[in-house]
Amino acid sequence: MSRQYVIRKILIMIPSLLGISLVLFTVLAMAPGDPFEELATNPAIPPEVRAALRAKFGLDDPVWTRYLHWLVAMLQGDWGFSFVSRMDVDKLILQRLPVTLIVIGSSQIIAILVALPVGVLAATRPYSLFDQVANTLAFVGFSLPTFFTGLLFILVFSIQLDWLPFVYRANIDATGWQFYWEHIKQSIMPVMVLGLFQGASLVRFVRSSVLDVIKLDYVTTARSKGIGERKVITKHVVRNALIPVVTLVALQLPIVFGGAIVTEQIFRVPGIGSLLISAMLANDTPVVMAVTFVIACLVVFFNLLADIIYGWLDPRISYR
Amino acid sequence: MAGSTPASLTADAPASVAAAPRKSGPTSPWQEAWRRFRRHRLAVASGVVLLLLIATVVLGPFIWPVAINDIDFAAKLQGPSWAHPLGTDDLGQDLLARLIYGGRISLAVGLAAMVVAVVVGVVVGALAGMSAGWVDAALMWLTDLFLALPLLPLLLLLMYLFRDHFKRLFGVEGGAFILIVVVIGGLRWMQVARLVRAQFLSLREKEFVEAARALGASKLRLVVGHILPNALGPVIVAGTIDVAAAIIAESTLSFLGLGFPSDIPTWGSVLRDAKDYLDIAPHWALFPGAAIFLAVITINFMGDGLRDALDPRRVL
Repeated sequence: MSRQYVIRKILIMIPSLLGISLVLFTVLAMAPGDPFEELATNPAIPPEVRAALRAKFGLDDPVWTRYLHWLVAMLQGDWGFSFVSRMDVDKLILQRLPVTLIVIGSSQIIAILVALPVGVLAATRPYSLFDQVANTLAFVGFSLPTFFTGLLFILVFSIQLDWLPFVYRANIDATGWQFYWEHIKQSIMPVMVLGLFQGASLVRFVRSSVLDVIKLDYVTTARSKGIGERKVITKHVVRNALIPVVTLVALQLPIVFGGAIVTEQIFRVPGIGSLLISAMLANDTPVVMAVTFVIACLVVFFNLLADIIYGWLDPRISYR
Repeated sequence: MAGSTPASLTADAPASVAAAPRKSGPTSPWQEAWRRFRRHRLAVASGVVLLLLIATVVLGPFIWPVAINDIDFAAKLQGPSWAHPLGTDDLGQDLLARLIYGGRISLAVGLAAMVVAVVVGVVVGALAGMSAGWVDAALMWLTDLFLALPLLPLLLLLMYLFRDHFKRLFGVEGGAFILIVVVIGGLRWMQVARLVRAQFLSLREKEFVEAARALGASKLRLVVGHILPNALGPVIVAGTIDVAAAIIAESTLSFLGLGFPSDIPTWGSVLRDAKDYLDIAPHWALFPGAAIFLAVITINFMGDGLRDALDPRRVL
């Protein structure tokens, strides 16, 4: 993989980040309502003071200067102050981000662990009973919205069987193995809900990608050389079939973050998703804007990562 | 190396000339498509179930004329019974009536958002496909940008910022409906735009288009009369799946408390109210959830059948 390829991909990332910031700012600028609206109805504050405040915070500037101010502030990490949580927004987000990344990361691993074997097996026996069952289950899997699977899991595993806790607790007063076990136990349901949903849509991608590769000439060559079917599949087919799957995992990320918001809300996981919802319900606009911006940046960043991995897996890509 | 590394799901779209009019036989292309659709048994079964669901939701209030907001504390949190076939909620309101009412809203939102998404997508895709050069490049950059945006956070953000404004303009129910439809449709047009552009790029070089152009057809006539009808197949498939996605999106918004308010029962908002009573009244959550699931899975299966029917070359 050439260095130019990586640099080119990073350079391409900049306009899309700018574009996303532009979209977010446009949304914010178009939104009705004025931060100093309350002052207008307050008779104790003369209109001149209000006008002075507006001028001081640059609300009367032309749109593009406001955008530049906002962008510079965002880039410098000056994201404002959360009046609800009484702390700086960037600190608040940094506190919440690791939990979200862990939940999303482990659910992606679950998704791949489920989707890979099922998808490959289904593709090696197309239209068999296994294939049809897997296909139907995959359909069921991604037609079940995450908020409903979450509630079903709570109903079965917490209420009926009483195996797992359904409220995520950040402060567990246990030590040693007990501490980790409690943490794993309370993460199982959020991770599984997200992972199975993701896995269900991945199964179909893996299957069609394997089906594309399996009929290529080099696979026939490998077979005719007398290599066992198992080895042909694992060593020759799957390796090449996985290349497009990497891109698809990255393309699915916006959906994954959406799913994370829902599952965090259901299981009360203290990540940025539940932070976003609680900030919205509490009208905490600086937090809302910053969290949306962070999620958008993360999506772009992971897309870049996928592009680079893609170029590494398939050297032809980086010379195009 | 045909089809060895499809870069994305839509990369193979240009090859498929959907529902291409095959004039060799006596059957019309639509009859041909119907014949292929019938072979997909799950899709046909789904179509029947979906029709039943729609009929229930449309005709339900005439058969089950119970008010959605009749409060009866004597009958609160009851399981299914003859008086209340789907049970009641914490205010003793009849769940069947509320779910029928909510189904009307949820399905209407799904359809309307799909229409918005398809119209925007077809316009953007057709513009990009017909005009080469910088217009095409700019529109595709925009499409890719929108594809990279995280959908749900942005949906939530738009609902959060504009909800009160729309409520003031169009009333509680109308405001929420219009805003949700516009926002969901406005953020889901990208797939359609890409499909349409890919179709246009291959179709506009075809002989029949060239013939029409040689006969002096205007650009608009070329697009509307000759190219667009031949590009419809994938658009119909994408549109069908968009309905399901829009229903999920609406339910998610309502479930999170940023869609329809609680006093307007949609499937998502009923589920949100029910989630705190899972231990004592599980039926309250199970029925709306099952309704969403049933609607979404039948629509998805129909989309799968339509893909087989309208995209003869693509056998998944």
